[in-house]
Amino acid sequence: MASFSTTATVEDPRISLGDGGILPPIRGGGGDDSGPGLPDYATRLRRARLGLLVALTPVLMLFVSFTSAYIVRQGLPTLDPRTNTLVHDWIPVTLPKLLLINTGVLILSSVFIELARRQIKDQAALRPITAHPRVSVGEQMRIPWLSMTLVLGLTFLLGQWTAWRQLAANGFYVATTPSSSFVYLLTGAHAIHLMGGVLALFVAGIASLLRRSAATRSIVVDLTAWYWHFMAALWIYILCLLEFAS
Amino acid sequence: MATHEFAAQESHAHAAPQGFVRKWVFSLDHKVIGLQYYFLALAAVLVGMFLSLLMRIHLIWPTLALPLLGDIKPETYLTLVTMHGTIMVFFVLTTAPQGGFGNYFLPIQIGAPDMAFPVLNMLSFWTTLLGFIVMIAAFFVAGGAPLHGWTGYAPLSAMQSTGPGEGLGADLWIISIAIFCIGALMGALNFITTTLDMRAKGMTMMRLPLTVWAWFVTAILGLLAFGVLLSAGILLLMDRNLGTSFFVPLVTINGQLTGHKGGSPLLWQHLFWFFGHPEVYIAILPAMGMCSQLLSVFSRKPIFGYKAMVYAILGIGFLGFMVWGHHMFMSGMSPYTAFAFSIMTMGIGVPSAIKTFNWLGTLMRGRIRFTSPMLFAIGFVSLFVSGGISGPFLAQPVLDIQLHDTYFVPAHFHLIMGVASIFGIFAATYYWFPKMFGRMMSESMARWHFWFSFIGTYAIFMPMHYLGMAGMPRRYSQLTEVTYLHGLIPLQKFITYAAFVTIAGQLIFLVNLFWSMFKGKQASDNPWEATTLEWTTATPPPHDNFGGHTPVVHNGPYEYNVPGAPRDYVMQSDPEIGPAH
Repeated sequence: MASFSTTATVEDPRISLGDGGILPPIRGGGGDDSGPGLPDYATRLRRARLGLLVALTPVLMLFVSFTSAYIVRQGLPTLDPRTNTLVHDWIPVTLPKLLLINTGVLILSSVFIELARRQIKDQAALRPITAHPRVSVGEQMRIPWLSMTLVLGLTFLLGQWTAWRQLAANGFYVATTPSSSFVYLLTGAHAIHLMGGVLALFVAGIASLLRRSAATRSIVVDLTAWYWHFMAALWIYILCLLEFAS
Repeated sequence: MATHEFAAQESHAHAAPQGFVRKWVFSLDHKVIGLQYYFLALAAVLVGMFLSLLMRIHLIWPTLALPLLGDIKPETYLTLVTMHGTIMVFFVLTTAPQGGFGNYFLPIQIGAPDMAFPVLNMLSFWTTLLGFIVMIAAFFVAGGAPLHGWTGYAPLSAMQSTGPGEGLGADLWIISIAIFCIGALMGALNFITTTLDMRAKGMTMMRLPLTVWAWFVTAILGLLAFGVLLSAGILLLMDRNLGTSFFVPLVTINGQLTGHKGGSPLLWQHLFWFFGHPEVYIAILPAMGMCSQLLSVFSRKPIFGYKAMVYAILGIGFLGFMVWGHHMFMSGMSPYTAFAFSIMTMGIGVPSAIKTFNWLGTLMRGRIRFTSPMLFAIGFVSLFVSGGISGPFLAQPVLDIQLHDTYFVPAHFHLIMGVASIFGIFAATYYWFPKMFGRMMSESMARWHFWFSFIGTYAIFMPMHYLGMAGMPRRYSQLTEVTYLHGLIPLQKFITYAAFVTIAGQLIFLVNLFWSMFKGKQASDNPWEATTLEWTTATPPPHDNFGGHTPVVHNGPYEYNVPGAPRDYVMQSDPEIGPAH
């Protein structure tokens, strides 16, 4: 019986940004998942990644817009009716230390999901070989990176909720000061987006349970991983904004 | 008959649906979704038009009690203004040209079997429909619909107690727009991915029909603009419901402090207009693309300066993000900032003029076929020029301060953004109706419709320029008792009468549309002898657009009157005719 190494090299499909004179890719062809009505794996992955890239643009614009509002609002004076003078009402919020721990959790989850992405990509690449009844690639240890990412993601969200509770306990509510408004706004908006990532992890898990093909699972996990990395980078940006531009 | 080359059978992401619900309601087919968008926009335009009719009636007969509605109070008038503008901008001008025709024809024109993400496409429509339902619901809640204008200026829009309609009605208005933004973003995602990744073999970017270029750039504008509007809407909702002060300064209502302080109404204006100005191009760019297409088809000539047209679309899209401040000259901005916005605004006239001259160049010495789509395309050019020419007036801060709050501004933007875009929709309807429904529309009814609309539009909006220059302010519900404006009342009456006639003319369109669906003459596959890929397939197109094939493209989209060719047009999938002539 033949034996193969588990390390396989698959060419990473590039995102097509075809310009004048360059022919777009020809679709069709085979693959381990090209059932009736589906383009091949590389095409699906490239298209899905392009879709994700496009989808992240308005998310980026949303936070660019919030940042713009943050900077503008920070510099605005307000009228004090008692003294009839212009004063600044921006009171910096002391961020809970818990946010640093949450940050560590999120970064670690980002590492885990990257490992999950690579693991399933290798599985998808070997699928045409392992599908052969007379070929074995040997046993390897399957670490449940996706589940671990999910646990860490939920831990992060719980941590953010706890940080909100700590803020409230210190007297900072949504409308207490403009700076606290932005803390709740930015952390809340980020948390909602991260919930989307958690949902995607569930979808990836369901795809696995429903015995979807390795290629389909690989694409779902690949997209979720890139989205998750984006969320981690976005969170670091938000934390820096709240901490250093307050 | 030419032989079209096809590639190997193209895979399609989903099978042809069976049953009414899967086929016509929760359809994944981009063509059905396009029709759903189109009819949603049709319903919305009827509502929006009805509201404008009520406004026009009230302006000249302010004490008239209308059947069912009774007296129109000043605040009701402002509600009409608000809802007319919002419905028209979002659910008509953004929905029909992009969601309707873009959805239906972009995949076919690039040789794709469907959009890149069909499920997302379906969700995009249903999200938009939900947004429309929420918007209409604002009429029926306590206090009614909001009165803060389609621009939703704070602090009027940012507190619940500023007037009737600013309670739940205003919340619904904001939520509706937020829902619309999400739907539009899902749509834009599909348009961009499909255009970049699903073009047929040989369909290079420089062989794309200008309609596709317009839909593509419009989608990019939406992608960048709707996220900002969404963010502004979230902040507005927080100000209204959570007591924050992003947009509300220290203000009193009826002598009582509101509890807000330190917010900036101008921050709302900046965020809103950063979306709002690109929105103008979101409405007009698809119409420009359709107009370019039709002028070439019916002049039997290649479009004049294809590459220049592409770069002009890109230029307009880019500059569209640089000029939002010209909506805020009245806000007391620094003269230096105003100067920069003014220069940029006038700069956008350059690509606009390139397009206009190229349209005229296309018409020049053409063998023009004055069909109904062509009439509306020429009408579009006329309205675009007439509406555009007043742009440089308003782009100058010193003139804008005089004209901004007068009827001059509604005259300007209705011509260039509103009715010009509507003319694009009409042109596209008459042009693509045979492909969509397999039947021709009545040409005689279409011509009557054109002349009613064309003359009526000018009769309504040209006099508004004079009203504005004479100092008649906009947004006021009743000006008949103002002495210095007495001399202008006859002109206001003329505008209202013209509106009656123009709206009556639209009934011809409605009758023609529905009558032709069932009784129109059977259409051939290519009744206009056009070159783009939608005319190579059956009428109406099959589920996968090309009946199990993928076309291979060899030619540009506007190969008309080609020397040596057996007929006066060469289709995109015909054998190659050599370098573009």
